[in-house]
Amino acid sequence: MSELQYEKISAKNLPQEEPFAPGHRACQGCGEVLALRMVMKAVGHQAIAVSATGCMEVCTSTFPTSSWRTPWFHVAFENAAAVASGVDSGYKALRRKGKTSQGRFPILAIAGDGGTADIGMQALSGALERWQDFIYVCLDNEAYMNTGIQRSSSTPFGAMTTTSPPGKLSKGQATWKKNMPAIAAAHGVPYVATASPAYYLDLMNKVRKAAATEGPAYLHIYAPCPTGWRMKPELAIESARLAVQSRVFPLYEVINGQYILNRKVDKPKPLTEYLKPQGRFRHLDAQTLADIEARVNAEYEKIVRLAGADKKPAKAEDKPAE
Amino acid sequence: MSKRVGMEVSIAISEAVKMANVDVVAAYPITPQTHIVEHLSELVAEGELDAEFMPVESEHSAMSASLGSAAAGARTFTATSSQGLALMHELMYMAPGLRLPMVMAVANRAVSPPISIWNDHSDIMAERDTGWIQVFAENGQEAFDLTIQAYRIAEHPDVQLPVAVNLDGFTLSHVVEPILLPDQAEVDKFLPPWKPMLQLDPAKPISMGMFGIPEIYFEAKKATDEALVGSQKAIVAIWDEFEKLFGRKYNPIETYKTEGAETILVTMGSISETAMTAVDQMRDQGIPVGLVRIRLWRPFPDKEFKAAVKGAKKLGVIDRCLTLGSHANPVGQEVRSLLYQEKDRPYVFNFALGIGGRDVTRADFRYIYDQCQTLAAQGQDRCHMVGVME
Repeated sequence: MSELQYEKISAKNLPQEEPFAPGHRACQGCGEVLALRMVMKAVGHQAIAVSATGCMEVCTSTFPTSSWRTPWFHVAFENAAAVASGVDSGYKALRRKGKTSQGRFPILAIAGDGGTADIGMQALSGALERWQDFIYVCLDNEAYMNTGIQRSSSTPFGAMTTTSPPGKLSKGQATWKKNMPAIAAAHGVPYVATASPAYYLDLMNKVRKAAATEGPAYLHIYAPCPTGWRMKPELAIESARLAVQSRVFPLYEVINGQYILNRKVDKPKPLTEYLKPQGRFRHLDAQTLADIEARVNAEYEKIVRLAGADKKPAKAEDKPAE
Repeated sequence: MSKRVGMEVSIAISEAVKMANVDVVAAYPITPQTHIVEHLSELVAEGELDAEFMPVESEHSAMSASLGSAAAGARTFTATSSQGLALMHELMYMAPGLRLPMVMAVANRAVSPPISIWNDHSDIMAERDTGWIQVFAENGQEAFDLTIQAYRIAEHPDVQLPVAVNLDGFTLSHVVEPILLPDQAEVDKFLPPWKPMLQLDPAKPISMGMFGIPEIYFEAKKATDEALVGSQKAIVAIWDEFEKLFGRKYNPIETYKTEGAETILVTMGSISETAMTAVDQMRDQGIPVGLVRIRLWRPFPDKEFKAAVKGAKKLGVIDRCLTLGSHANPVGQEVRSLLYQEKDRPYVFNFALGIGGRDVTRADFRYIYDQCQTLAAQGQDRCHMVGVME
């Protein structure tokens, strides 16, 4: 299989263009909007973006203002993948019939974790299965933040949300986080990756790889939400980094079915370093913390084994993955 | 030159879509719409239609993909029925509000429960207020012609709205009829390629589907309503042009033997042909009865309807849909409210007929005529369900 051809981003050639404009209405310290800006920097102006309903749609498109310097389309909550499919198929037909001078360009469908793992799952699965040529970007802030911090199937175990409140009979979210990248990978699509705004070069290069991939690509991007996670606004990037360093959110790719671990974390930071600044985990007792730690390690080890990384030496840590 | 071909009406619609040279077909199977999209997928598979056929995983995604495709500037077709249309409901407001032209065939079917695959108009009536241009075909030729015309109407610079072509499930969609198929060159003359006014194009970025605060939402809705109401002018002009090219006349409202009619029956869709034969029979017996058929349901042609029923003393308005909990059904409500302010307004009776595929016969129309005479004497004004078991 030939290597994907794409212009690699390094600290020396960060894209200067900003297809995603400032002046939007995201909360202070929003990790999601930072990640979105990085996605759009990497993808460039020659693209079409389709947004699902959610924070990133609402805070960027209050008529008559728009943060989108690329063509942008919003229809509804659960159908970003289907709408992007239509844009893809429409342009395929227009190109073949000589009705447009536009060559191939990236088409993005952008949604939150609720718009992906819950209500948008069917449309996403259909678009992946139909082999639409598009990039699906899930910006995962682990709850329905736009409607006021309700739990989703992507909310981590134990987390407090407005619909998974801790109480006499509850420890918070009672279910384990749905593994969306694995579900996407199960469709056999050519490119799946996880990314974090704390590892911005890694994130932007994954966007470039997804854009160079012909056929469906799925990016699952960690998007800390200080408002919803009950933490200080300045901690978004710090918590994104700690999530990787504590094995909570491993960085990996699945290229044509082959798992590749981008950051091996042999000496994880203590889980509490990641959990403690976040008010959503404040109520957790020692037993629950131990249960979460066991699960985090098991999930991480699974990725390590899938990538065959248990047989390879670890890379140096605290350096953006490439 | 047109040629006359015996053809299933669903296939005729597919042939019309092919002649319209669409770019994208996105659809999900549901009875009785299936033959339309099956044939389209064959036309694409055989290379007879150069289009992307998108076999999506639901009607919700069929409409979502159609919106994406139309926004990209591609000529788009979809088709559905019943539950499928209901699943699209959330998105039915989008194409009108975003001013995205597209065409959808609706093979009209009852809505569950009880589950029924048979014909009535319950599916499309739930979409009445979404902003789509809605036309009802009486026969196969009309279903074919309306499909071709629908693209011309939808893409007209003054319109830029989606069009739903309604045809009765099975009783029209699955029957074989003689169809006059025009030459491709004739269709091309009538329907030039679409030049979108606005589209998603990296060369000219725009934002579509933005957030509407209370200071702007109302105006946005008003603009859609003005576009819909205003579309009638273009629709009529396009129908006139169609008549010049193909010799078949299309009016928003059709009349049959209404001269001197004291009672007028009002219908939509394929039962109108049965109604015409019933009118013939009654006229032969000297009964002063006529028929008015609504072809253009949205925007409702107020002026033309009033003119068509002028002079009548009684209207028997027939619905193929029940508005549960109301004194009247959609067409009955429309007509009664339209005529309420008229000085010499007729007595308006509303009838529900052929619900869930119940057979509609000539005798039903005679019964309705008779009821119009006796109900007037009794002063009744609630909807009368024809042929329902008590």
